[in-house]
Amino acid sequence: MLPRFWRKIKYRYRLVGSYCENCGEYYHPPRNLCPKCRRKGSIKEVPLGSEGTILSYTVVHDAPDDFKLQKPYVVGLVKLDCGAVVTAQICCKPEEVEIGKRVRAVFRKYSEEGEDGIIYYGTKFELI
Amino acid sequence: MVGIVSYGTYIPAYRIKAEEIARIWGENAESIKSGLGVYEKAVADIDEDTATISVEASREALKRCGIPSEEIKAVFVGSESHPYAVKPTATIVAEAIGANRFCYAADLEFACKAGTAGMQICVAMVKAGMIKYGLAVGADTSQSSPGDALEYSAASGGAAFIIGENETIAEVKDTLSFTTDTPDFWRREGMPYPSHGGRFTGEPAYFRHVYTAAKEIMKRNNLSPEDFSYAVFHMPNGKFPTRVARMLGFSSEQIEQGLVVRRIGNTYSGSSLLGFSAVLDVAKPGERILLTSFGSGAGSDAFIFEVTENIESYPREPKVWEKIERARYIDYGLYAKLRKKIRMV
Repeated sequence: MLPRFWRKIKYRYRLVGSYCENCGEYYHPPRNLCPKCRRKGSIKEVPLGSEGTILSYTVVHDAPDDFKLQKPYVVGLVKLDCGAVVTAQICCKPEEVEIGKRVRAVFRKYSEEGEDGIIYYGTKFELI
Repeated sequence: MVGIVSYGTYIPAYRIKAEEIARIWGENAESIKSGLGVYEKAVADIDEDTATISVEASREALKRCGIPSEEIKAVFVGSESHPYAVKPTATIVAEAIGANRFCYAADLEFACKAGTAGMQICVAMVKAGMIKYGLAVGADTSQSSPGDALEYSAASGGAAFIIGENETIAEVKDTLSFTTDTPDFWRREGMPYPSHGGRFTGEPAYFRHVYTAAKEIMKRNNLSPEDFSYAVFHMPNGKFPTRVARMLGFSSEQIEQGLVVRRIGNTYSGSSLLGFSAVLDVAKPGERILLTSFGSGAGSDAFIFEVTENIESYPREPKVWEKIERARYIDYGLYAKLRKKIRMV
């Protein structure tokens, strides 16, 4: 868990994703290969921006142990203004979330590995 | 001249009112409110801590000035509630804002004045030519023992300052510190809540240090209270800064703009810096500001700032007082859950 999270810090903290210079598509999480252009694609890492629109969402009532203090909480698909779609928690009450609402990225705590373990941080979204 | 290039602030949305805390502990809310001068306080959400508050404030500071994040080559985070006992918050902040990898970074701890201590280090490093821009943050999610008087004031929030030499919005004309070994407030390793010396926190601690530091910096710069448009003093509650301002000869008009404590509580390392940010929100070119922090244990950092012409074109929205207005009130039950005062088995 620890090395896997460490490898992804850049993408989780700062919404760094992939851009295909061949077709102009943005991806998050980052890709080694453009799924559209395949071998013709040319992938590079870019910042994806911090604002977008809610494409869809779900409200989690039956939460895993790490998240039970947060329930009920909202997880959504956010379409960033560059076009990339990010799955992330949306920091609002379930009755406030709506498809099409504008959101912005915020830096929040994801979870922690017990009282003596590492703390995981990353990007969530809040309503604008 | 070295000064503030940009600033950003973060105040969590949750608030708990003094009435709600008093209701639980069977105390008189009106006498607490008039005695402490704190009406409500900001409470961090379950997924907010000193690191997240520091990152949000720092990102706002960076966005406002437009400096590329790689140009930040020093990050100092002052707090008494760092998420880790060992592992610097500054590393998390530097990574999250995309600071230069060749970056001086450290966490500072000096009760409520660790944020201003970071500003002094950045000022010195810019003056020495070691860095072009440095980031100093003061942020806390301060803890208080359930039922203790501190529970009415110990709050969450923070502010971040980018220090540099170019395009400054406020120049640092002078800064000094006054430090003594005064045991007024402390927390031993591994203990969840701090302890304090009760009435001992007033005269020999807060008033002696804030008064001496403020008096000395004015004296050595041949300035008196009427030479300042604003003064900001550390705000452990609403009464102490008001009283020390009067002792020094400042009027209530000079401190009112920065007196954020009544509505958000004492945000510890963020306290005087959030008050100072509220003043920068409205400051005009040529105005002089006195900032004096206080950290228990004990010490005070005093600064004299002079606002420059650049502040006219500097984006200052949303202002601190607007953020204070965006409040979501919670009851003590939710507060106890968020602040981890409920024992989970």
